Amino acid sequence: MEAAGAEGQQQLRPFCCEHNLLSRPDGSACFTQGDTTVLAAVYGPAEVKVSKEIFDKATLDVFLKPKVGLPSVIEKSKEQMIRNTCEATILTALHPRSSITIVLQVIHDSGSLLSCCLNAACTALMDAGLPMRSVFCGVTCVIDSDGEILLDPTTKMEKEAAAILTFSIDSTEKQLLMSSTKGSYSVEELQQCVAMCQKAAEKIFQFYRDSVSRKYSKQSE
Amino acid sequence: MALPAAEAVSQAVLAGDLLTFPSSSGEKVLCGPGLRRQGHGQLSGHALAVCKSGVVRHKEPSVYWVDSQQKRYVPAKGEYVIGIVTAKSGDIFKVDVGGSEQASLSYLAFEGATKRNRPNVQVGDLVFAQFVVANKDMEPELVCIDSCGRSNGMGVIGPDGLLFKVSLSIARKLLSPNCDVMKNLGELYPFEIVIGMNGRIWVKARTIKHTLLVANVLESFGNMTTEQRKQVFKKLSDNVP
Repeated sequence: MEAAGAEGQQQLRPFCCEHNLLSRPDGSACFTQGDTTVLAAVYGPAEVKVSKEIFDKATLDVFLKPKVGLPSVIEKSKEQMIRNTCEATILTALHPRSSITIVLQVIHDSGSLLSCCLNAACTALMDAGLPMRSVFCGVTCVIDSDGEILLDPTTKMEKEAAAILTFSIDSTEKQLLMSSTKGSYSVEELQQCVAMCQKAAEKIFQFYRDSVSRKYSKQSE
Repeated sequence: MALPAAEAVSQAVLAGDLLTFPSSSGEKVLCGPGLRRQGHGQLSGHALAVCKSGVVRHKEPSVYWVDSQQKRYVPAKGEYVIGIVTAKSGDIFKVDVGGSEQASLSYLAFEGATKRNRPNVQVGDLVFAQFVVANKDMEPELVCIDSCGRSNGMGVIGPDGLLFKVSLSIARKLLSPNCDVMKNLGELYPFEIVIGMNGRIWVKARTIKHTLLVANVLESFGNMTTEQRKQVFKKLSDNVP
């Protein structure tokens, strides 16, 4: 299913997502922002190796597979970012001694990869029916050489930017769950970016709401 | 997003939304699957927080729950499930029910079983059993007898037949008393069926071809609208040999 975002650099690129497209995982989703596409699959709560089990919470694992080549350190660091966001929102205390695994496959990367991964992971978690404290979304913005703040950059914009900032925002109080930044920026610029991203997150949450109501309206017959 | 509960019924909600109740009504509210109790700081009155995304449902007088789709089963006490016996260790069988842990089934929990008279259960058999212990902190335990000691339909599921998996919501729909799919299908092809709340269904019809037909219809009906279902049944009834 699709939903439009407006064109233009102060707005997010058009995004769309598809639910439940894989048959073996417990939840799956494919999220597209502009040309960046990420496929996410969630398995859980499933069996866990005794060496990895935690007695009072579920063990959360995130795997990010790049489009070409083997996963390297960059993927590892993105995995940790996504893992920290998920750990804050999934109610892991409801499934002790089990494991929740999120596998993300990059289908195409044309900018804002980390936020697309976060959105795909959240949609797949909703599809799998895992209990969560809130939903989350990822938004990327760049500060270009003129000091202008632009949302949802393409690869070209990211290369020419002075700073790239990615935030993950939760749905209940629009608070920051995770931030990953690269480049130099001032405190005022950071606060402006956070405010812009929180505003843009509203659109993504509305999209989640629309896709959930579409999914369940078909089931009700 | 906070919504009064009465307005939220039949609306899609995301995890993190709040369903508020007016503090004036002293009624007790039953919190079903997908909802959690939450204290409410600013607004007076209690609230339920949504923890699974789906559609809010309400049953008079005071039961609220969230309908959501799930493929992975989480054991709950009192539910009937189909399990696959994976190991025999000492006095218990280890049974795979599709959850995060294997359940244990004592060999004495069968009708007429004693220490001398052991039930005839092999590794790889299907059993239809009920949970007596199923919470997040303990290993789940199954039994094949009810509280009076009678098997009541539970036990090893007979030879032949086909086991397949559907999503949990389809299994619940099939178990509802007025399921017209089951009635229509039964008129076309007589069949034996066991439905587990863990999404596993065992079917046996007169011939292998009929068994496969019934299994295909049950697997696919969840994604069809009423119109499409009627068409499928019409096509099938035209082809009944």
